[in-house]
Amino acid sequence: MNDIVISTFSGAIRAGTPLLFATLGEILAERSGVLNLGLEGMMLMGAFTGFSISYITGNLWLAVLAAVLIGGLMASLHAFMSITLRINQVVSGLALVFLGQGLSGFWGNAYVGMQANSFQNLKIPLLGDIPYIGPVIFDRDVLVYIGYISVPVIWWFLYKTTAGMNLRAVGEAPDAADARGINVILTRYVYTIIGGFFSGLAGAYISLAYTPMWVQNMTAGRGWIAVALVIFAIWDPVIALIGAYAFGGISVLQFSFQILQVPIPVNIMNMFPYIFTVFVMLFASSNRIKKLFGAPTALGIPYSREEKT
Amino acid sequence: MSEKILELKNISKSFSNLIANDSVDFDLKKGEIHALLGENGAGKTTLMNILYGIYKPDAGEIFLDGKKIVISSPRDAIENGIGMIQQHFSLVPSFSVVQNVALGLKEMGIIPDLSKIRKKIIELSDRYKISVEPDAKIWQLSAGEQQRVEIIKLLYVKSKIMILDEPTAILTPQEAKGLFETIKEMTANEASVIFISHKLKEVLEISDRVTVLRHGRVIGTVETKETNENDLARMMVGRDVVLKTDKKPSHPSKPILEIENIHVMGDKGIEAVRGVSLEVRGGEILGIAGVEGNGQRELGEAIYGLRNYTGNIFINGSKVRPGNVLERIKNHVAYIPQDRKADALCGGLPVYKNLFMKAFSSPIFSFNPYFFYPEKLKEPSEKVVKEFSIATSSVDQEVKFLSGGNMQKVVLAREIKSHPKLIIAVHPTRGLDVGAEEFVYNVLLAQKEKGTAILLIAGDLYEIFNLSDRVGVLYEGQIIGYSEPDESHIEEIGLMMAGVKK
Repeated sequence: MNDIVISTFSGAIRAGTPLLFATLGEILAERSGVLNLGLEGMMLMGAFTGFSISYITGNLWLAVLAAVLIGGLMASLHAFMSITLRINQVVSGLALVFLGQGLSGFWGNAYVGMQANSFQNLKIPLLGDIPYIGPVIFDRDVLVYIGYISVPVIWWFLYKTTAGMNLRAVGEAPDAADARGINVILTRYVYTIIGGFFSGLAGAYISLAYTPMWVQNMTAGRGWIAVALVIFAIWDPVIALIGAYAFGGISVLQFSFQILQVPIPVNIMNMFPYIFTVFVMLFASSNRIKKLFGAPTALGIPYSREEKT
Repeated sequence: MSEKILELKNISKSFSNLIANDSVDFDLKKGEIHALLGENGAGKTTLMNILYGIYKPDAGEIFLDGKKIVISSPRDAIENGIGMIQQHFSLVPSFSVVQNVALGLKEMGIIPDLSKIRKKIIELSDRYKISVEPDAKIWQLSAGEQQRVEIIKLLYVKSKIMILDEPTAILTPQEAKGLFETIKEMTANEASVIFISHKLKEVLEISDRVTVLRHGRVIGTVETKETNENDLARMMVGRDVVLKTDKKPSHPSKPILEIENIHVMGDKGIEAVRGVSLEVRGGEILGIAGVEGNGQRELGEAIYGLRNYTGNIFINGSKVRPGNVLERIKNHVAYIPQDRKADALCGGLPVYKNLFMKAFSSPIFSFNPYFFYPEKLKEPSEKVVKEFSIATSSVDQEVKFLSGGNMQKVVLAREIKSHPKLIIAVHPTRGLDVGAEEFVYNVLLAQKEKGTAILLIAGDLYEIFNLSDRVGVLYEGQIIGYSEPDESHIEEIGLMMAGVKK
């Protein structure tokens, strides 16, 4: 029984980590006012790039770097389309999803079923020996630790630094920020691209740590779950952490249920995270809740200094 | 007099086919209050947005202290000591006052020292007697309080040139007085102020000099001491203006609109109208005054059935259901919304279709029970266009190409032609020039003569004085009291607008 508890919780963190990265990145982008629905596409390309570089060079960190950069590259495409050309952000984001699925499927065909170097667990001395908590939290791979650290860093950045304040102002009231001399366009570019970095990292985690191999479409809708998580988290990194691990937990619950022989068909259990997503969206998509909890007011609205309504 | 600190030379700016500024010259002396006067659309705000770096001029030069400068963004303007309070405030609603003042300051470094900024805000508010609550969030503040935050922002960065765009539009008369004192205090401390307005009285009261703009051109610059209301009005409009309307005493008949204790939700999920009861009789105009954002829009929309409500509304004695516009149309209710482009017209449709939009379901225009022949509307439309002297190339012209005044005439024509028993008019002259304003006034007064009941919701007190027979004041979603629509009651109305009960 102890084993099951530990494996469920550690599974939750493993499955939650890619969600966490993607959610944190999207929080930054959305806080600047840019909605990027292309997480799924950026994650897939991150996963593919990470895996192929690891396969070719054997260098894990080079693989992660390449995945991060490819995410940023795709996000910069979205930034150009939605910020400079002011194309509808939903359409542009969806385009990224198809682009990611297409490219990774095309290039990835050659890698199907292959294996590459992957991240191994790194037990932290002392902390890793604490019963229960140790194996769940402190006996993980490096990327998980990066996830832990990202949360307080981003929180501190958003709420305590000047740059974070500027970022929030750009997403809340771009005209006010502009009138105070903050470069709205540049700010949005920067955080959209940083959001892409995080999505690339999330993808790399999936193909280099979570299931270290290449499978077509291996992100399996996690990008969409992350989009929902941003809303669930009401754009807050700390709630994002809770949400990501909770969703991770739901998605590994099926394994524990199978071991415990809970009489629910596997196919139904596979649906849990997605059903949960639908419920989160149902709850959170009402305008009233968004207004109460403070969605960035200018989210999804392109900014132009001379064109005001 | 003292030296010029700012000069604008030959500034021109056009938006697609509209010329907003045409070779405008403007200068500002140290320590003076220079009013920029003109009708809506005369190009005042455009000119100042150029000075503040929001718009790029097509031509022209800017000189500061005799040196030519280029301002290509608000940052440049701020660095040159120019500050602007725009009509729509540049504040982040979810931020506190301190954070808003801190936003964009150069001195902040990586981690802002908000406590230092807070201290300085308190100092400034003591020195200039501007009361602000540093830790309050902007969305919790009234429009007047938000404006004080904007003033603090300008004082904080020691702006030498302060541009105020229609600052009194959202204030009660008493708050406006307080603002004027602050402005005088600021100029006493070496700042120069550009005061944008279309209201003659306040320009005469506050300014040292006045520059009048009309259709994007400078008509002239005069010393305030050497001018008067009539001269300025003539410069502004280009002809003599009848400032008083011919309001005849009313002979109210039976009640047409009766409202019993309605509550209406606003967009933010907060109750915007909180228990309003009122009655408008045939042949009278009831004016509803109040500072904007006190439930005016929601009240108008609820009465016309565009917004849900609880409580009862009776039109012509019969109860109407919430959210049912068709029922209102059948009961001959006309509606002139505050945002005509969004709520009253369909910009991409020609004039003639807009004119008959409300009548599509009526039997007069159903020439055939199954099909609809819009072509047959053209002839009657031409008559209406003539009757209301709507300036349009033809009835096929798309409405979005008309000027604001002509758009409003299309709305009026359609609503009046539906033979209304009740007219709900919300800010009916907003953004119109004086000519169009007069037209609207005359149409409404003529309707009143005919026995129509009119509910006039307006922000401009003079509009209410000119038209209405009674005036109620809306404050935080409630009618706080009634008064006489007369200038001698302005003090009392102003107090009620600020929430002080009689």
